[in-house]
Amino acid sequence: MSAELRRVGAIVWKDLTAERRTKANFNAVVFLAGLILLLFGFAIGPDGQTMELIAGGVLWLTVLFSGVLSFNRSYEQELENGALEMLLLYPGDRRSIFVGKLLANLLFVLLVEVVMVPLAAVLYDLPLWQHIGPLSLVLFLGTTGFVTLGTFYAAMASRLRAREVMLPLLLFPMLVPLLVGAVQATGGILNGDLMGSTASWLRLLVVFDVIFFVAALFAFEHVIED
Amino acid sequence: MSKASNMPEMPGPPRWLAPAGWAGLVAFIAAQVTGFLISPPDRAMGNLQKIMYVHVPSAWVAMLGFFIVFVASLLYLWRRDLKHDRLAAATAEVSVLFTGLTLALGSIWGRPTWGIWWTWDPRLTSTAIMLLIYVGYLALRSFTEEEERRARWSATVGILGFLNVPIVYFSVKWWRTLHQVQTVDVTGAIGSSYAISLLINSVAFMIVFAWLVGMRTHVAGLERHREAWLEEQALTRSEAHV
Repeated sequence: MSAELRRVGAIVWKDLTAERRTKANFNAVVFLAGLILLLFGFAIGPDGQTMELIAGGVLWLTVLFSGVLSFNRSYEQELENGALEMLLLYPGDRRSIFVGKLLANLLFVLLVEVVMVPLAAVLYDLPLWQHIGPLSLVLFLGTTGFVTLGTFYAAMASRLRAREVMLPLLLFPMLVPLLVGAVQATGGILNGDLMGSTASWLRLLVVFDVIFFVAALFAFEHVIED
Repeated sequence: MSKASNMPEMPGPPRWLAPAGWAGLVAFIAAQVTGFLISPPDRAMGNLQKIMYVHVPSAWVAMLGFFIVFVASLLYLWRRDLKHDRLAAATAEVSVLFTGLTLALGSIWGRPTWGIWWTWDPRLTSTAIMLLIYVGYLALRSFTEEEERRARWSATVGILGFLNVPIVYFSVKWWRTLHQVQTVDVTGAIGSSYAISLLINSVAFMIVFAWLVGMRTHVAGLERHREAWLEEQALTRSEAHV
């Protein structure tokens, strides 16, 4: 077990180091997220009240549209110079590769959110600081499910010619329950939870995360095989 | 040497296929005859209600098809027999067809009934999401060239997609009830005199569905044989040059 954990740790460290040394991707994704937030504002505004009401939806679509760009890259760097083959040759359970990549992607997207969410709070006038605790929980649960499926589908999509279109095509329809749950929970926290349903939406997110983490973990072996 | 003599004998279609095709045709005609001529028009909706006789069975067989894709995908990952993969692919194609048909028929019914083509009803919305998930499945297949890899990858997509069916349905349902929008329960509106038409149509759709899947699986098998033969031909030709 501890050997597997060390392998997971090594993959996380490797991926994050590669990211930290280039930073190109992180900066690009953060700027893109900011751009999407602005564009949504132009599309929906300038009525402040409307913008506040739908801020949860805007926030999550921005997470999805900008985050999706990070998953293929996570494998693309392995495809050059046959790095993936080397990675697969190492002894040990291949599921640790999946968990490692998942954690690295999770940290990456969460870091993007650390910049993006305060920016959204400024642009859309959201009471971020009053609700920082529950909001962080929703962001964490929603992002975990998103990154789990993103990491899984990118293992296939990144090795196809049509990777830019295949990943969203496979990933986004699967994320509908997560999007609904995360947006409802975020809205409940920001606008006041009139129906007392935020806890149920959080439970939905937990169920989604657990089911697809387990399913993707077992399915990953069949995807990475060759 | 003529090409035809070189061609290995192709496997014939499974024996049940031709009878099933005819049975499907007869059942389908019988179902439409009962639906249009014998079954009375609905008191409230008139003849419009008769779309339900084809809309509901179409949705049922599509759903059944996604379940078959799920089972065939699991079987493939377990046994690694490409025949399960061909079954999954054929069923997914036919199910996508019937899902599209379900949505189109539902829209045609919804427009005069509700005055709108589209409503965010849980069943309707989850059907649309299912369609997209399995269109993704088919797109992945068409972009993956290597046969064995395509089978493995699409099997995982077929399994995860089916796991999502209940989650999508319930999340959309809760999402709707939260906003207190009336949803029309269609199935409750059908009385016992209409049940017969629905039943005959369901049987007809089931047979047609099985026939289409059987045909598609058979064609996939033929395609595979042909590809193998072409490869062999190319190989012998290149050897002859040497």
